Parts: sequence; C-alpha cells; structure tokens
Amino acid sequence: MRWLWIDRILALEPGKRLVARKAVSLSEPHLHQHFPATETEPAMPVVPGPLIIEGMAQAGGLLAGHARGFKDDVVLAKLRKAELGFEVQPGAVIEFEATLVAIDDSGASVDGIVRVLDPAWDSPKELGAIDLMFAHVPAERDSLLIAEAFRTLIAGSVQAGGDGVDQMVV
Amino acid sequence: MTRDEIQARVQEVLAEVLGIDEDEVTPRATLTGDLGAESIDFLDIVFRLEQAFDIKIEQGELFPENLQQDATYVQDGVLTEAGLAALREKLPHAEVDAIEADPRLGRVGEIFTVDAMTNFVERKLGAAA
Repeated sequence: MRWLWIDRILALEPGKRLVARKAVSLSEPHLHQHFPATETEPAMPVVPGPLIIEGMAQAGGLLAGHARGFKDDVVLAKLRKAELGFEVQPGAVIEFEATLVAIDDSGASVDGIVRVLDPAWDSPKELGAIDLMFAHVPAERDSLLIAEAFRTLIAGSVQAGGDGVDQMVV
Repeated sequence: MTRDEIQARVQEVLAEVLGIDEDEVTPRATLTGDLGAESIDFLDIVFRLEQAFDIKIEQGELFPENLQQDATYVQDGVLTEAGLAALREKLPHAEVDAIEADPRLGRVGEIFTVDAMTNFVERKLGAAA
C-alpha cells in the first residue's frame, strides 16, 4: 500500500473478515476528469471501477497482512472477478467487506462484497463482488513509507469504535 | 465420489479460476499451454480445490516447489534423470512421460493437464477414505 484508499475500518475478525469504508468526495481531483462535461453532455463525476477494486484490495490486503502479523508484504497478484452493478457518485460511502478464503506462505485468496450507502437512499445497496489473490513477498524497506498513514487509519478506526480493530495496533 | 463427479467439479473449479468456459476445460488440456494458467493461478487452484473437496493440500504436493534451484534436478535449463524421477515420485498424479523425450524446464507446465488435477483429487480422496 503506497497510499490509503480507505477511511475507516469498521470491523476486524482476525484471519476471517474485515469491513472498511471509503467516503467519496468531489474534492478528489480525478472525479473532475471522470467524466468532464462535453459540448453536448453535462459532467458526470463517478468513481472509476479500478479505484473501487483498489479499495477492496486494501481491505483484503490488510486482512491478509494482519493474519500473518504483517511479516511479509502482501501484493495484489490476481483479480479473479470484479462485477460492479452501477455507478457511484460523490457524497456516497463505499463499504468493502473482505473475507479470507485461504492463506499460506505463498499467498492469500480473498472474496469481497462491495456495498454503497448513498444519502439519497433509505438503505445500502449491494454494488457487486470482487475476488482477489495476493502474493506474499519479503517485506521491503520502503513499505514503511505508508506506516504512518496506516497507524493514523488504525487509530482513527479504534477511536470510532471499530469492532476488533484494536487488535490491529502495531 | 466417482471419477466422473470429481472431474466435473475439477472442470468447474478450473473454469472459475482461469476465467474460461467449462467446455474449454477438456481432460487432455494442459493448464499453462492450453488454458493460459500463470504462476499465481497455481496457488488459486490449490486454494479452490481445497475448498471444493474439503481437503488440505500441502505446498509442493500438487505442483513442484523450488525445482529449478536444485542442481541435481536441473542442469542448463533441462531436467536431469534425477529430476524426472523426483517429479514422478513426488507428483504421481502428473504426466511426466509427456516431457521425458525433451525435458526442458520450460515444458514442466505440460505435465499438468486437467486429467492430472482429477488424478490428484481422486488419490487424495481415496487416501482419506
């Protein structure tokens, strides 16, 4: 993880499941390019699909990393499935629920469900499913670059009462 | 579970892991050559077979581990007699005969056919029964 793409961890069941959320803000510059107005169409700011996959990869990567005490780097190695049913607009919150299918010395398999909470709706809607494979590689020194941001994420999530997230304090 | 039932489930798993149609997963197809499997797919196959058949597969049990790092098994990119023998012994489900005449390391993928996966699961379930 070179940059954080989730805002809060809501729940952690070590070695089993992690739930995280990402709030989508129009202050994210890429939304103004995805998609800008044309001569005939107004702007349509929607979250790019690959960034939804990145959120699931971070949620799943943290789950897999924690399961082995963060002793290896956890690298996204394969996107088996990504099925997303609708566009996500600024103001919405994306929820990533990652479930660990299997893990060993070589890597990990994570299945994910993505939901969207939009102020315009009464209840969350399921956006789709993202299934991933991670490879375990020896930890690199520069992976520490993210450590401070990671600690901030954990501290904020613990303060907000994330269920089981205190087990992630390193 | 009969061999046909095992094969049907293996085909299902491979189609899912490799993102291809089940009818492409014929018994004689090789995982790398015919079905396009890459290295991370082998780990995915191990995990999904474990799940599908409720079995535990140790590292090196289904696919070889660290083969090329052993000089008695591989010389100048070619498997030695000892290397071929080791494959036969450790991976009895694989089709080592298929590369015997031209045992370049790059061809090792060819010993892993869909049939070989079925063989593996059949042995594994047989051993557990």
